[in-house]
Formats: sequence, structure tokens, C-alpha cells
Amino acid sequence: MTATEQNIDSKLVEILEKVSDPEIPVLSIMDMGVVRSAIFVNDVVKVEITPTYSGCPAMDVIGDDIKKALKEAGYESEIDLILHPAWTTDWITPRGRKALENYGIAAPLDAEADKDVLLNGKRIVKCTNCGSQNTRLVSQFGSTACKAQFQCQDCQEPFDYFKCLK
Amino acid sequence: MKENLYNYILGIADNSLILGQRLGELTGHGPSLETDIACTNISLDLFGQVRSYFQYAGKVAGDGRSEDDIAMLRKERDYKNVLLVEQPNTDFAYTISRQFLFDAYHLAFLGELQKSTDLTLAAIANKCIKEVSYHERFSSDWVRRLGDGTEESKSKMQQAINDLWVYTDELFHQTEADKAMVTEGIGVDVTQLKNDYYKYVSEVLEEATLEVPDVKYFQKGGKQGIHTEHLGYILAELQYMQRAYPNMQW
Repeated sequence: MTATEQNIDSKLVEILEKVSDPEIPVLSIMDMGVVRSAIFVNDVVKVEITPTYSGCPAMDVIGDDIKKALKEAGYESEIDLILHPAWTTDWITPRGRKALENYGIAAPLDAEADKDVLLNGKRIVKCTNCGSQNTRLVSQFGSTACKAQFQCQDCQEPFDYFKCLK
Repeated sequence: MKENLYNYILGIADNSLILGQRLGELTGHGPSLETDIACTNISLDLFGQVRSYFQYAGKVAGDGRSEDDIAMLRKERDYKNVLLVEQPNTDFAYTISRQFLFDAYHLAFLGELQKSTDLTLAAIANKCIKEVSYHERFSSDWVRRLGDGTEESKSKMQQAINDLWVYTDELFHQTEADKAMVTEGIGVDVTQLKNDYYKYVSEVLEEATLEVPDVKYFQKGGKQGIHTEHLGYILAELQYMQRAYPNMQW
């Protein structure tokens, strides 16, 4: 297994896909890329999850939710929080990005684009409401640790942008 | 127990703990909604980082003490944070100057800690540095904006930078634990970060049209547990629940 590969037992994929981020309920933890491995060790499922941001209060809840979902499927489990390799927004799947957009959160761009947006005021983040690129950064920090606040200058809609993390 | 390693971890984590607590005071009191949310987001990041460090310190101690025990159940002299981070919020010029002077150091420090031979510390640093880059972007941006702003914002920023400058030199002092950890390839030699730090900070101040203070005498002591009077007040609040309801748990 290389550093960025996931190692998930095929029997568990469907169960884990039903667990979502409590702060972004449309996004499955699998599509977010926080589950790094889930394997059977002597009938117990060992799950490794990695935090998006260190202070993310959702991690404890996600751990509990995984335990609950596995229990309902008849499996005992142990959850481990791992820090290495560090989570990156690259691990959000295409399906996850789509879910974010539909929910009204602009999905992360790449690191260079992020710098241009957050530092140099370039207009490349698309409004999640009308699709216009005429958007303005309101603040680099938003309603949760992983988001920045934007506003569309055309339709005036305020929206969140999921910050790029590499 | 590996005492030097334990003390070394606390030396790093206490800076984030106390600065996080200071920024937390701004919850609902920031000068604008966006800056309020930004400062408390940074606070949350720092507390998250502290948890990783203290969980590891608990393992190193090996006597069952938890992250909460380490955070809450120590006396003032046992906190090893630098004096800079315990300075009061005062006004937004002070808050943002303190943040910038610390972030610039923090970023450079984590850059080196990523190379530690201690894989847990390296992993924590690798995680934290991504968050701290955002902190530094935010604080340096505000230094420029307020320094190169109105006459009033400029003079307030200059005052804050002048007052806080005396606490910067301590960032580059080595403790006994530091020296031992550097020798083992675990710790960062902070003395090596000093020149680049002052060079970078001076560049930003120049862009902000602020003057670099000319100070000959610097304050120190935090790393040895000798604090300014402010830390006592911070701990009074931080440890309140534990004193009111000993051994309480969330």
C-alpha cells in the first residue's frame, strides 16, 4: 500500500459509504477520503481515519458514527485516528466534489489556484448558485475550519468555498 | 519516562494552547464578524494541534495521564509557552501583531520539525504546517492592510509592534530539552531560524510601511516557566471547570 492508497475491505465499502460528515451531511466519509483503511483482524474491523483539520470537532462524531453503522451490520470495530499521511483535498472523490457543489459549497481548486484566489484576488471560484466567476473573497475563514467565505457579485449569493489543503 | 522528549513536546504545545485560549476570548467579541470567525477558527486549529501533541506526550509519560490532564492540571510554572503568546488581546492591532510575530516563527519551526527523526512529531508537523500557512497568510495580510491603512490604524499597529517586539527574541532561545532533542535529531535548532525570521518579518513590516523596532533589551522567561502576570489570569479561566468540579469529564 502506498502512502495515498486506501485499503478497504470490499464487504465494508457499502456500509461506510452511508456514514456522512456531520457538518456536510451530503458528503459521505468515503467520498471525503477520511477513511484510510478498514480491514478485518480476527473478526474485529479495524478502521483508520484521518482528520481533515486538526481541530475538526467532527472527527469524534465520525468515529462514533462508523462504530454504530458497523455494529448495525453486525460487526465490532475499533477506530484509530492517524495523522500520516496528512489528509489533502485531493482525496475528495469526483462524486464528493459534485455533492459539495450541489450542496452549495464550491469544491476546492488546486493549490496554485487557491493561492491566486485567496491572496491575489483572482476570480476563478464559481458561484454555486448562478455559476458566475465574478465572485469575491469575503474571508479566508468560514463557518468551519475547512471553508472560506465568498460572495457572488452577480447574483449576490454568499457561499462557502472548500479550501484547498495539500 | 523520556523526560526531555516529554518536556520538549510540552514546550511546543503550550505555545499553541495559550495562544489558542487567547484567541478564544474573541469569540463573539471580534471587531467584525469575519475577523471574529477567523480568529476563533485559528484558535480551533491550534487546540486541535495541541490535542495531537498532548496525546503523544501522554504516551511518552506512560503513566496514564490524558491530554486533558496535561492541559488542565498543571501549575503556572509548569507551562513552558513563550511570553509572546500570553500577551493580552488589547485591541485588534495587538491581536494581529502578536499573531503575525508568532505565525512567522511557527511556520518556519514546523517546516523543520517535519524533518524530525521522531515520526510522530514529524507527522504532526506535516499536518499542522498546512493549517499554519493559512494563519500566516491571514495575519501578514492584516499587518499590511492596517500598517498601510489610515493614519490611526498605522499608529496603532506601530505601537503594537513596538510593544510586542521585546518578546520575539525568546522564540529562539534553547531550553535544556531543546538541546538534548537537537542532539538526538528529534528537535529543531531554533537558533538557526532567527536570521531568516527577522529578515522575513522586516520585509512584511516594510511592505506595511511600518518601522522595524530598534530594541536592545528583550524579555525572556516563559520557556523556563517564569511568566508575565497575564498567564495566571489565563489559567484561572482555562482551569476553572477543573477547579469547580474536580476530575469532571465532558
